Amino acid sequence: MKVTVDYDLCESNAICVGIDPETFEIRDDDVMYIIDEHPDASRRAKIEEAVRRCPKQALAIIEE
Amino acid sequence: MDDSATIAVVGASTAGLAAAGSLRARGFTGRLVMIGEERFRPYDRPPLSKQFLTGQWDSDRLALPGADAPDLDVDWRLGVGATGLDAASRTIGLADGSELRCDGIVLACGASARRLPGTLGVPGIHVLRTLDDAAALRRDLESGPGRVVVVGAGFVGCEVAATCRTRNIAVTLVDPLDVPLQRVFGAAVGAVFADLHRSAGVDVRTGVGVAGFDTDASGRVSRVRLDDGTAPEATVVVVGVGAVANTSWLEGSGLKIDDGIRCDPSCVAAPGIVAVGDVLRWQNPVFDESMRVEHWDHAFASGEHAAGSLLDPANAGPLATVPWFWSDQYDRKIQFAGRIAPGDDMVVVDGSLDEHRFVALFGRAGRLVGVLGMNRPRHVIGLRPRIAEGITFADALAVFA
Repeated sequence: MKVTVDYDLCESNAICVGIDPETFEIRDDDVMYIIDEHPDASRRAKIEEAVRRCPKQALAIIEE
Repeated sequence: MDDSATIAVVGASTAGLAAAGSLRARGFTGRLVMIGEERFRPYDRPPLSKQFLTGQWDSDRLALPGADAPDLDVDWRLGVGATGLDAASRTIGLADGSELRCDGIVLACGASARRLPGTLGVPGIHVLRTLDDAAALRRDLESGPGRVVVVGAGFVGCEVAATCRTRNIAVTLVDPLDVPLQRVFGAAVGAVFADLHRSAGVDVRTGVGVAGFDTDASGRVSRVRLDDGTAPEATVVVVGVGAVANTSWLEGSGLKIDDGIRCDPSCVAAPGIVAVGDVLRWQNPVFDESMRVEHWDHAFASGEHAAGSLLDPANAGPLATVPWFWSDQYDRKIQFAGRIAPGDDMVVVDGSLDEHRFVALFGRAGRLVGVLGMNRPRHVIGLRPRIAEGITFADALAVFA
């Protein structure tokens, strides 16, 4: 799977960082970045939660 | 509950949708009915005071994707409100005169904008809660008003004032307390918001109450009379003075109503009945406090939690959350996690109030109870789980030392 963020929607509220800090992070510029766009399948449940809980619906999982 | 069971969700809202989605995800295969007083499927409310009101977004952008998911398999009852409930038999009365007997009920009936006496039906005077409210206000803003007077400098009021300035509309922001958002964040942080809005050209009038509204010959609002004797011109008025939990329809239902629906810590109001979102009152073990929370994130968290409590009450745990919300005003992003009260200690630990970019920690009885960031999202989300763990105020301060 691939994790994507739509920066036209993302406001770096960082809910995703709270749910899965191994996949998402806020850097010094206060912007959210995806650390690993191709995470291990073991992270799927957390990432699905982050996708669901994103207040801007800016995250997506693309099956590869 | 098996596939012959019926669960009704009262309130086609964010919280109701989160509960519905979670019921399906947890394996509920029975009939799922969603009852909504508004004629829309659940939509996202936060943009109503922001992207929708500025005109950047149209209503189709507000749709919540989960509402159209085919595996949700919902029997929609939209445009029909619930008018009564008998908790013992789990029977819901609907505005069209029909009744619905259920095996499970999710109460997601939300809250309504509080109104001021004498404002209902006066052309030009608005509240902002629903899509219809926002569309009516947006039409008035698009007609080129001379001045908008916003009554109440809470989040809705502050966001509407910021949106009006973004549209280059003259705004007066009125509040009886000394600074905006004082009830939420206290005087020192509130002063930052006063400064922010004044810098953007808002006529901020604090420490002054509203005495009444003048109308012109056509009956449309023309001025707001303040109790300091002034009366700013008002082509449009937006009243943002809080929200009231929608519980009047539950009188006589057998449920305990107390500024919300009183539930056990797992969101259960009565056997087979849970409450979620704005209308839920429960004892949150993180703060050992009975609370009702009106934030987007809470709608989601309580909806998902309560779905589990409804399907498996024997194993239902408490909803233990640290409330979290955000607000956007101009180019400032405000985020807050926790639960604070007047009199809490407040220490700015990063940035400064003057530069409108900071992190502030709130402590009570030696414990961290809140973290606020203005254009500093990282520390808010980082400390949120630490609040749940009960980190001391000293240890939280030490993170920034």
